[in-house]
Amino acid sequence: MSQYLLSTYAVEGEVHGKQEVHEQSMTPEEMQTFMERVTALEAEMKASGAFVFTGRLHDPDAATVVRSSDGDLIMTDGPFVESKEHIAGFYIINADDLDAALAWAGKVVDAISHPIEVTPFFEMPGA
Amino acid sequence: MTRAVAAHREATGVERVFRDVYGQAVATLVRVFGDITLAEDAVQEAFIVASDRWRSDGIPPNPAGWIVTTARNRAIDDLRRSTRGRELHEQLGAVASTPQGVGAEDPGEDGPVSDDQLRLIFTCCHPALRTEHQVALTLRLLGGLSVDEVARSFLVSESAMAKRLVRAKYKIKAAKIPYRVPADAELPDRLRSVLSVVYLIYNSGLDDPERASLRSEAIRLARALVELMPDEPEAAGLLALMLLSESRVLARTAAGALVLLRDQDRTKWDRTMIEEGHAIVRACIRRDQPGPFQLQSAIQAVHCEADSFEATDWPQIVALYDHLFSVMPTPVVALNRAIAIGEIEGPGAALTALDAIAPDLDNYHLMHAARGTTLRRLGQQDAAKAAFERAARLATSEADRRFLAQQIEELAEDGAPLTE
Repeated sequence: MSQYLLSTYAVEGEVHGKQEVHEQSMTPEEMQTFMERVTALEAEMKASGAFVFTGRLHDPDAATVVRSSDGDLIMTDGPFVESKEHIAGFYIINADDLDAALAWAGKVVDAISHPIEVTPFFEMPGA
Repeated sequence: MTRAVAAHREATGVERVFRDVYGQAVATLVRVFGDITLAEDAVQEAFIVASDRWRSDGIPPNPAGWIVTTARNRAIDDLRRSTRGRELHEQLGAVASTPQGVGAEDPGEDGPVSDDQLRLIFTCCHPALRTEHQVALTLRLLGGLSVDEVARSFLVSESAMAKRLVRAKYKIKAAKIPYRVPADAELPDRLRSVLSVVYLIYNSGLDDPERASLRSEAIRLARALVELMPDEPEAAGLLALMLLSESRVLARTAAGALVLLRDQDRTKWDRTMIEEGHAIVRACIRRDQPGPFQLQSAIQAVHCEADSFEATDWPQIVALYDHLFSVMPTPVVALNRAIAIGEIEGPGAALTALDAIAPDLDNYHLMHAARGTTLRRLGQQDAAKAAFERAARLATSEADRRFLAQQIEELAEDGAPLTE
């Protein structure tokens, strides 16, 4: 069994890429069916044993970078990579192989209407 | 025949046998070891042993089985000697105890399983890999071409190609791209991607003498696919399409320039290949499960049947393009349909149809070449010249460029409208 990260990106300034704006543009009914789709998908993931973890992230404006400089820890405001795109949310899933992971990614795409990037985790020895 | 002569004759065949069995041996060892690089290294080692032994003892009756057994035993010996290898070897013990695994203690009876090659080609052509990686892996692992041969086929350096192959194999391993024939539900899509890779390999070998061997490699791969998947008419369709195209290769160019179908010397067409292609097309029609490759092969079959360009059954060709467009609505199919319509309704109708699709194919040299030919038939020499010049700027092969240069030269020479 392997683990995969299914991540979705938000694109700054792009209406449909930005979750908040996207959600604001939804009617309450649309929001309701969106949430129902996501809940149903997560229930399916849990029932099949694929679900490990999920999370949704705040904007990069809320990020802080910590680095070491001559033994001192330095903090900088903002993300590590200055980019228009940032990870907005992710799932971590268990899957037998890439085909199984891609099948879950396809279901996430159907539920949230965003592209999904599928990245394998390193397998830990003995895991 | 003396023994020395026989040994010599077999020695010259060793290289060919290596190439023939490479794909089978690698595919089977990928199943055994679950690792492509390990499988390739093991096969390479077995070839070194074989090239000594076969030259003195002759080629064994089952060379692929011999290579698989030798490669497997060598690899297991190597693995036992390393720490990482001991772990792997324990895992292999598990593989060997499963029914489909090849037991390490088996004698030399375990031949390659043809399904292994099928599994491997689906791995190599997985849609999660970019096309250029699919092509390189297929030629290297299934076709048995050396890294250098693959590199030369795609006009990149050997080190660039080696890097490409390493990256592709890294992804297969890290992302766990499966080694299996896809389930029925996914099979049509996945098979299409395999067949497209094979056809891309074939087309890469057209019009470039340096890369001509890619065509025979593609035909060899298609034959293997037809044998492995006898119930998939699209595989047969692809084989027929390539055979019918290959049958005309000698007539396709003259002095390094492309020759249009209408001007080809049909006596140069290879009748044996045409007959084989026609037989496959007829079998496909009887099955009645048409798909894009079968329809394209049927179109080529109609062309090959005609004794002359004028005798071509154009209505049949247009009907087949209509059918093809309904399952594969691409601008290129529309382009070919427009050209066929021109042969029935005249160049005026062809131009109307071409102009309708021109915006979609503005960067495709063959669209501009077709417009040039049509405009020339209509006597619009200036517009024809402009179209040929645009095509020449976009053309990718030397044969196409020479053909287009000829057209521009002829336009300058005749000056007066041409009638045909």
